[in-house]
Amino acid sequence: MTTTEVPTDIDRDTRLALYRQVVGLRRFEERAHRLFMEGLVKGTSHLSTGMEAIAAGVAEAMRPDDLTFCTYRGHAHTLARGTPMDGVMAELLGRANGVCGGKGGSMHLTSVEHGVMGSYAIIGAHLPIANGAAWSAQLRGSGQVTVCFFGDGATNIGAFHEALNLAAVWKLPIVFVCENNLYMEYTPIGEVTAVEHPAADRAGAYGLEPIIVDGNDPDAVYLEASAAIERARAGEGPTLIEAKTYRHGGHSRADPGDYRPEEEVDAWLARDPLPMYRERLLELGIDAEELDAIEQERQDAVDAATEAAKAGPLPDPESAFTDVWADGGSSWRN
Amino acid sequence: MAELITYREAVTRAIAQEMRRDGSVVFLGEDIAAAGGVFKTTKGLLEEFGPTRVRDTPISEEAIIGAAMGAAMTGMRPIAEIMFSDFFATCWDLIAVEIAKARYMTAGQVTVPLVIRTANGGGLRFGAQHSQAVENWAMMIPGLKVVAPSTAADLIGLFAASVRDEDPVVFLEQKSLYPVKSEVPDGELVDELGTAKVVRPGDDITIVALAAMVPRALEAAEQLQQDRGISAEVIDVRSLVPLDTRTILDSVSRTTRLATVEENPRLCGWGAEIVSIVGEECFWDLDGPLTRITTPHVPLPSSDSLEDLTLPSVERIVESVAKALG
Ligand SMILES: Cc1ncc(C[n+]2csc(CCOP(=O)(O)OP(=O)(O)O)c2C)c(N)n1
Ligand SMILES: [Mg+2]
Repeated sequence: MTTTEVPTDIDRDTRLALYRQVVGLRRFEERAHRLFMEGLVKGTSHLSTGMEAIAAGVAEAMRPDDLTFCTYRGHAHTLARGTPMDGVMAELLGRANGVCGGKGGSMHLTSVEHGVMGSYAIIGAHLPIANGAAWSAQLRGSGQVTVCFFGDGATNIGAFHEALNLAAVWKLPIVFVCENNLYMEYTPIGEVTAVEHPAADRAGAYGLEPIIVDGNDPDAVYLEASAAIERARAGEGPTLIEAKTYRHGGHSRADPGDYRPEEEVDAWLARDPLPMYRERLLELGIDAEELDAIEQERQDAVDAATEAAKAGPLPDPESAFTDVWADGGSSWRN
Repeated sequence: MAELITYREAVTRAIAQEMRRDGSVVFLGEDIAAAGGVFKTTKGLLEEFGPTRVRDTPISEEAIIGAAMGAAMTGMRPIAEIMFSDFFATCWDLIAVEIAKARYMTAGQVTVPLVIRTANGGGLRFGAQHSQAVENWAMMIPGLKVVAPSTAADLIGLFAASVRDEDPVVFLEQKSLYPVKSEVPDGELVDELGTAKVVRPGDDITIVALAAMVPRALEAAEQLQQDRGISAEVIDVRSLVPLDTRTILDSVSRTTRLATVEENPRLCGWGAEIVSIVGEECFWDLDGPLTRITTPHVPLPSSDSLEDLTLPSVERIVESVAKALG
């Protein structure tokens, strides 16, 4: 079994990669929001604006053949694994060049080629499924680790508890990452949960350590994820990480999020991961020009992805009838 | 050579046949390993294949089906047991909303080759929460294949086909059939999904049945012949999805009459779909009303005297068919 060095400090290249991730995800989400408001992204979208450090920090700690499962709030997690922006943006616009040919949409982004095993829109459902991928890696001896991202709201659904118990009993190579952004859709998690820390306070029930990390700090997330992934790869079983964070916008679509107290929003905006991380990198002696160049490159990528998506063809009408079955079709009778 | 074995023994034989053939086949469920299954359908599998491939789980139906799905998406061919089909309701999200849709939503990136096997249906006086016939639940979900054998040989062959299929299959074992013996040929058995079988040829009416209703339909056909000179053709549907409409339509165009015998409760039972297909595509060949013989639209009662009144009986099939023939 191959094992990676668990970093205790973070090298320059990794930090720049983390920065590139956070910037790229932020610019992408801003654009997705704009395209939604313009009516080009139809249906719904759930953004990770303000929460990018989690997807970025975890993804940078993963091996390319590791697997991720995420939720309907999954643009960031899908992109952070290396899925090209063009395919993701085109999927949001319902185009044929989208990663799912327009059949998945914002809530079901998937790119198996990049280890992105799907985005799931039923709260909690993917935790048991992620277990299955981890079990498979264990059976096949592939050394792959599975990471499963979910929200604070998922910690009160049965599947969360079933999945954590099974993962612990079977010592599965899996890392559960709870993105605690303090709210479900519109209701604060604290109002409906028996414990203060919805994930970490439940960890003990499954023989796991309670781990809370600052989800707005890419370095902290990266270090915690690296250690958890290392344990999983070494056969030491699952880890549950609660990453505290906040979404800058509303839950979905055009929700302004005005059910949240102004002071709370302000306090979290002051802890915006993007400027905070830029500040840290400057303090560490990285040139502003180098960071500016990364920002420019990411902005250009988002612009190019937007153009490619807008120029993308609509799906072939025939594709509505394909891929129900493995033979490619949808026929259920002779 | 052939051998008489029970439907129960056929389950064990079918799982063992596939696990011997393919190392990526793994089996998980509650009480299936050390205990050999609550219906003793999986005895000896732990001993032969070991605890890595035959795995007891906690009472966590979502965790069981989720584990099967995730493993199927990543190169394994899991068989998951749900002890009673009634318990599908506790993991229906995983079955109907996750497994069934994964391939479509991802435009074919994800394949989910798994089998969910379960003890389905009534007849054992277990009452309303352990006796439901849920074939219509599964049949109405695009993306699920649904199979329900009536004999030991069909069970082995269709199970092998289900394990080898690239799509998810809900495999319904009718639990009152477990002790029933039937003949099974030696050697490996592999059947084909989506193929119905004419199990008794006849001329006057086509009776389409599934699982435990097949032996009842056959007995009814025999009585109809003996007592009333009515020649009934009996078709065992075997596979609801894919559905072999060809065999059914061919038969009905010849006999000009159709009756379905369904264990599921009346509304939206599988027979309704078959009746509608026959009504649309075979209408001008028909000489009589299309007849559905089903469990009435009630939860199943426990008392044997009451349960026998609700499930379609041989007598009810005989009377209904005779009435349809006028
Ligand atoms: C089983 C289920 N119940 C309810 C919903 C509707 N719903 C969608 S998102 C959401 C809030 C989830 O909150 P959380 O888990 O904290 O994730 P976040 O959106 O904050 O990332 C709800 C209730 C759903 N999709 N699935
Ligand atoms: Mg939340």
